[in-house]
Amino acid sequence: MSKVYNNRAWWLILPMLLLVAFSAIIPLMTVVNYSVQDVFDANTRFFTGTEWFKEMLNDPALQAAVLRQFAFSLTVLAIEVPLGIGIALIMPRKGWQASIVLILVTMPLLIPWNVVGSIWQIFTRGDIGLMGWSLRELGYGYNITASPVDAWITIILMDVWHWTPLIALLCYSSLRSIPDAYYQAARIDRASNWSVFYYIQLPKLTNVLVIGVLLRFMHSFMIYAEPFVLTGGGPGSSTTFLSQSLTTMAIGQQDLGPSAAFSLIYFLIILLVTWVFYTAIMNMQKDDIKAEA
Amino acid sequence: MAEIVLKSLAHSYVSDPRVPEDYAIREMDHIWHQGGAYALLGPSGCGKSTLLNIISGLLEPSRGDVLFDGEVVNSLPPEARNIAQVFQFPVVYDTMTVYDNLAFPLRNVKTPEARVHERVMEVADVMELTAQLKRRARNLTADEKQKVSMGRGLVRDDVSAILFDEPLTVIDPQLKWKLRRKLKEIHQRFEITMVYVTHDQLEASTFADKIAVMYEGKIVQFGTPRELFEKPNHTFVGYFIGSPGMNFLDVEAREGRVMAGAMELTVKQAVHDAVANARATNIKLGIRPEFIEVLADPVEDGMEARIDYAQDLGTYSILSLTLGNTVLKARIEEGQPVPTGRAWLRFPDERVGLYIDEYRVEPGHE
Repeated sequence: MSKVYNNRAWWLILPMLLLVAFSAIIPLMTVVNYSVQDVFDANTRFFTGTEWFKEMLNDPALQAAVLRQFAFSLTVLAIEVPLGIGIALIMPRKGWQASIVLILVTMPLLIPWNVVGSIWQIFTRGDIGLMGWSLRELGYGYNITASPVDAWITIILMDVWHWTPLIALLCYSSLRSIPDAYYQAARIDRASNWSVFYYIQLPKLTNVLVIGVLLRFMHSFMIYAEPFVLTGGGPGSSTTFLSQSLTTMAIGQQDLGPSAAFSLIYFLIILLVTWVFYTAIMNMQKDDIKAEA
Repeated sequence: MAEIVLKSLAHSYVSDPRVPEDYAIREMDHIWHQGGAYALLGPSGCGKSTLLNIISGLLEPSRGDVLFDGEVVNSLPPEARNIAQVFQFPVVYDTMTVYDNLAFPLRNVKTPEARVHERVMEVADVMELTAQLKRRARNLTADEKQKVSMGRGLVRDDVSAILFDEPLTVIDPQLKWKLRRKLKEIHQRFEITMVYVTHDQLEASTFADKIAVMYEGKIVQFGTPRELFEKPNHTFVGYFIGSPGMNFLDVEAREGRVMAGAMELTVKQAVHDAVANARATNIKLGIRPEFIEVLADPVEDGMEARIDYAQDLGTYSILSLTLGNTVLKARIEEGQPVPTGRAWLRFPDERVGLYIDEYRVEPGHE
């Protein structure tokens, strides 16, 4: 059978291209358009070039928000990844216990973001919230509306509660795919539990962990609803992350030009970090093969 | 070094076994002598892997005892048994190099590094892995990985037996042959007891001095490949060993004659007497296709059979025959005339086996 080459087949992607243009490319270009102009109304606009970008990059409030955002994302990753692996390791593998634990672990993932925020908002209240009340009864003056430390810890706790299950589930499915023979061989080789984890389980988890870390980084970097409902970004601006800064600027103050510029910077940061992370992982694996040759 | 004894051993995966079918291993006694090369041969699901896992300690038997050198080890975990096991699919520690893989069992028991090096180099040499020592195990081919798995079993000084659970399943045919020879070599060099589980009779007979044939949770015969071929102890061994398997004819004694259906068989008197005296109704005569004499012309004592078809397999042919209403296979060596249409068969007396309730009975010994 001879293969037919016909470049007219490219036309077949046209419908998809139109759809993507309508839903993604045109809106994105609109943002680009706003970011380089000062638009007053439908007829009055000035070209501003890179002015908005410079302004945004030099804005101390936004710089602080970026740092806060990185601190938050890295903290939750540092907690959720090891914790998720740990949970996956102790989850039962067979029988009805496995099903029940699986359901319980999955539960937090099914709750919408703003509902999570509301749950924790009530949970941490000093008067009627179980956690807030208990801590106060124990003598600790817990108050997320007054203490930035309390607010931070609570938000991190909330994110860990909400998203560790994702890492745990990914790892669990990966762990289940390890054949019994590996564990049996390890027993016969008299491997310690730590060796079994380090040499058998962890290598099998690498692939899902790359996905897990990427997802969690992107998610946490874009966090909005939960802290917004829980602390409103306060006290002060101590828990105001990037999304919230952006929303305040775009919706609250109607500063469309600067917020468009800021959106693009935000988008590029995520793209950059993800790319760096992905490239680093891929290079690690490549080095491995190169070292062979 | 160890002699492995299985005493009244039985195992069931069901918590409350009632009928014999509930048992993966039905009560058995067996001895694996120190330094032997054994094969455990049987079809899938006959319980051979279960038996292997009981010996290595991955499973605890429901009943009976496993003894190593006279000591009951039933509840000892595998790590306390000085046994190595090679699995069907190669198990290597992906992130380690081949060297570290081989060194792993030694390092786990805190062997001095100089000794580790010495042993690893020795085993790598035997397994022909020296060139690969620095490579990561995950980048090896399937047969190299399996060699690493085997090497990890050999590297320990204290290993008294190595168990192989169909280790060549994932290996290419040409390499299979090489690895099998390698195993044989290793066995001769290290004098370790080796038990090799397989469902391939060729693999079993090239590797082992003695083969245990398992069927429905029992070892139905334990003998040399030759014994299994010439005197199968059970009809299953007859079917399973040899290609094609043994012919069996349902027989009964009527009016002083041995009949297979309506066909009278010419057999020696002792066989007739044994058939006539047997209380069981399940009586069979068995003869290997290789041992049937097939003649193109009528002869005295010859039984007339119809030839259904002949299959030419190069160096020999397989004839499919109908004798009375029993289908038989006969093997004709190259160069001998292949009759067509009809043939006259003779069963040499010493080649005919008598099977009562599926087990072999020596006529005159009852």
